[in-house]
Parts: sequence; structure tokens; C-alpha cells
Amino acid sequence: MQSAAEPAQAHLSKPRAAPESISLQDVTLARGGRVVLSQISLAIPQGSFVGVLGANGAGKTTLFHALLGLEPAVQGSMQINGQPVRRGHRAVGYMPQMRKLIGGQFTGWSMVASALHGQRWGLPWYGRAGRAAVDAALAAVDAQDLAQRPVAALSGGERQRLLLAQTLLDDPSVLLLDEPLASLDPARMRETVERIHTLARARNMTVLMSAHDINPLLGLMDHVLYLARGKALLGTVDEVITTKALTALYGAPVDVVRAGGRVFVVAEGGGSALQEHDCGGCVAHA
Amino acid sequence: MLDYDFMRTAFLAAQLVALVCGPVGWFLVLRGQTFASHALSHVGFAGATGALMLGLSPLTGLAGGALAAGILMGLAGDRVAGRDVMIGLVLSVAMGVGALFLHLLTRSASAATALLFGDILGISPGMLGWLALLSAGCLMGLGIMARPLLFATLQPEMAEAKGVPLQLLDVMFLALVAIATAECAQITGVLLVFTLMVAPAVTVLRLGLSPLAGLGAAAGLALAEAWGGLILSWYTDCPTSFWIALLGGAGFLLVGLAQRFRA
Repeated sequence: MQSAAEPAQAHLSKPRAAPESISLQDVTLARGGRVVLSQISLAIPQGSFVGVLGANGAGKTTLFHALLGLEPAVQGSMQINGQPVRRGHRAVGYMPQMRKLIGGQFTGWSMVASALHGQRWGLPWYGRAGRAAVDAALAAVDAQDLAQRPVAALSGGERQRLLLAQTLLDDPSVLLLDEPLASLDPARMRETVERIHTLARARNMTVLMSAHDINPLLGLMDHVLYLARGKALLGTVDEVITTKALTALYGAPVDVVRAGGRVFVVAEGGGSALQEHDCGGCVAHA
Repeated sequence: MLDYDFMRTAFLAAQLVALVCGPVGWFLVLRGQTFASHALSHVGFAGATGALMLGLSPLTGLAGGALAAGILMGLAGDRVAGRDVMIGLVLSVAMGVGALFLHLLTRSASAATALLFGDILGISPGMLGWLALLSAGCLMGLGIMARPLLFATLQPEMAEAKGVPLQLLDVMFLALVAIATAECAQITGVLLVFTLMVAPAVTVLRLGLSPLAGLGAAAGLALAEAWGGLILSWYTDCPTSFWIALLGGAGFLLVGLAQRFRA
């Protein structure tokens, strides 16, 4: 990785033999006319498990939308598997944040199946191969027992497993997961990260997972992508989550405290550069 | 009962309309757009009275008015379709315009009753042809868009990322709802469109069937309620719309009670 003083030019320190899964060159992204990320360049190798961290509004969702081809970049170019990003890329699986449940009376199986080639015109008739694909996706997330239960009767963690199964239907090579840990209790958080990690390893998927708290991801993620003040910093936890690197990124004094095997990012004197929830770890685990 | 031409026509008309209203209503309820469809029928009312004034058939005005409103609603997106207040406003303005047109019509009283509460026994064989055409078009349209519409309804963000054209689907679906509403109003009247469009759909959705089975069951239940209403009205001399409304409510309650006891 390049010097932490130039966080916009974040590159991996040890590029593996693996081909690049996601690459951005001088990308500037805006949302509602406001520049959210400016001139970001980065390269993520195939099979890498990346935690995307940063405050609310730091650009996590905007970055995901751009990689999905939903919002064009103001400037720069983005590639996934060597091809320019485009909407509806089969190789990209996207799991949005959980929101209000629609169709809670459907069984888990029906819910997952609704995403099977859901972009094709016609009737929701799945055929033998389609049904087998739905069964396989459910099995991949250990959700066979949820298949016949109405979704409204499931817990948040169980519903999330169904969402994950839906993203696996197209056999993606890149997974973009938007805050999958939000609204889960701490035990479920770790379980979820472990499940996704195991799946990603088995299928050699590249995973970008946004999160508010770094701790559930520690030890499992290969890289951190830290977004702040329009910049991005990509590297290993040891490279990025340091007082020096984050202070440079935020442009304000930030302390990284390690205690009890956990990491806490705290702003000195409650500096305004840092959003409150960046410190979520301190509150939750203090 | 079936010895009479007008009754045979009524049964056929009820069948054509119910088979469309059931499945369209199923999606309508799932998407939470029932109030929007209610507004469409009221805009259709203004269109129908306007058509009567111009000497056209009310079905033309109903379908035209509802269709225009449906497409505009889809284009406006969540700014209108997702807002009760906006829909309520559109609805009341449309009703007001309809009242004005009725006032200007000389034979307003009977026309108003037929439009508002339906006149299934007054359906002409010529009208039957139109209903058949509209129903065939609606079912074909629904058959084409059912799969992406289901995905877009249940997981809009995921569907958008997979390349499903959300707004196009919304416009197409509301156009379909408009035509189904216009058809339905021939039988149940503008005010009771809910009875065939929404009641069977909510009842079926409670059952938790798979989507394809649910769409079929909604069509079947709508048909049973429409025909049941006709038969009951034949024997009791009460309006068909009344019986269809009552059957719709009763079906919903029965399923609810059955589930309560089973649970």
C-alpha cells in the first residue's frame, strides 16, 4: 500500500496471483449532486473478503450502487471481472439492507424462488432445473428448514439467510452485501460473517461487506476498505486500522485502541470528523 | 335462470371480468396499491360520465379515464402512487368532475346508479365482445410481466440491480389495473370495484399459497363470488353488487376464522 498520507491512491501492498475482481481508476461518485467519493483508485483481487467501513454518508451505499451500475460515476472507470460495470451483471450478487417485509405470508422457498431469473418476462414458473437451483441455494445457507415456513414467522437472522440464498441463485463471483449485520444481535453477527466467509472461500467469491462495527469482521476479512471525507483507504486491518492511517484519512486526530482482542476507533476529544457510531464498538463492548 | 338471454350474458360477463380481477387484484394487494386502484375507478367514473355527455359508451370513457390516470400515476412514481393524500385528492377531484357531468346530463339518475353500483343485467351482447377482448389483453399482459413484477414487488432493490425495469413495470401494471377496473365497474359499479378486485385477493393471500397457485386461486375465488352473487340475486331480488360484496367479506372472514381456530 502507498503512504497513508495519500489515501486516495489505495492499492494493495501484496497483489496476489489472483486476477482483479474489482478495479476502480480515478473514480468520483456523487449522490444528489454532492460528491461523496472523489478520485478513488483501488484494485481488489478475486476471492478477497473486504469489510467496507465508514460513517453514515461516507459513501458505502453509493459505492455499491455504482458497482451495480445503478448510478454512473461522475468521472473515472470501474471494472468488475475486467468488464465495465453495468446494470444486471450476472456475476454480481447484491444483498440490500433489510427493510419492511413484503409478502410475509409466502414460504421461504417461494420468497427465494421469486429472485430466480426474476428479470425474465413470463410467468413465475420455475421448472425442474429452477426448483433444483432454489433448493441448492437454500442448502448453501443451511436454510432447508426455513423453506416451508412463512417468512413473516422468521427471525431477522433467518430472513437474512433467505436473502443471502437469493443472491447465490445466479452463482455470482462478486457479492456486495449492504450492512448485513445491522439489526442482528452480537452472536448472530459473528455467525453471519462466518457463514458468508465460508461460502465465499468455497466458491472463490469476492465479498464486499459494509458494516458499522469492524469487530465482527476481525480475523475473517482479508482487507478493510475505509471510507471517510471523500477518500478511500484499502489494505489489511493492520495497515488501515492504525492511529496514523486513520488520522491521515480523517484529517483529524483519531485514535485506534486495541483491547481485549477488539479494535476501537475513537476521535480525540470527540472530534466532529468522526460519526458517533464509528465508536459503536466502544459503547457495545466497553 | 339460464333460459334468459340476459342472464347468460351476465354469467359470461361475470366470468370474463372475474378471471382478470382476481389475479390483477392479487398483485395489487401484494404491492399495497389498493387505494390507487380505488382512485382509478373514480377517475374512470368522471371519464364515463364525460363519455355519456358526448354520446359515447360509458365503458370507453371509464377505460380511457382510468387508463390515462393509471399511466400518469405510474410515471409520477412514489410521488403520487405511494401517497394516500395525493391519491385522495385525485379521487375527490375526479368524483367532483363526475358529479358536474352527471348534473349536465338529462337522464342522470339511472346513469349514475348504473355507473356507481353496476348494472350487470344490462350488459349487451356487443359489450360482451369488448369485455372478452379487454380480458384477453389483460391476462396476456399479466402473463408476460408476472415474473419480473413478482420479483420487483418482493425485492425492489435486488430486482433493480438485476436489471428489472421498475418504473416501466409500474406503469404497465397500473395500466393493467385501470383496464381491469373499468371492466369490473361494469359489473359491480365504480364504488364497489373493491369487491371483485380486492376481496378475493386478500382472502387468497392469507392462505400463503405459492405465487402461481395464489394467482389461480384468486381468479377462481373471484369467479365463484361473481357467479354466486348473480345466483343469489336471481333468487332474492337483491342487487348483484350487494351479494358479491357480501360474499367477498364473508370469504375473508371465514378464512380468517379458520386460521384462528387452526392456530
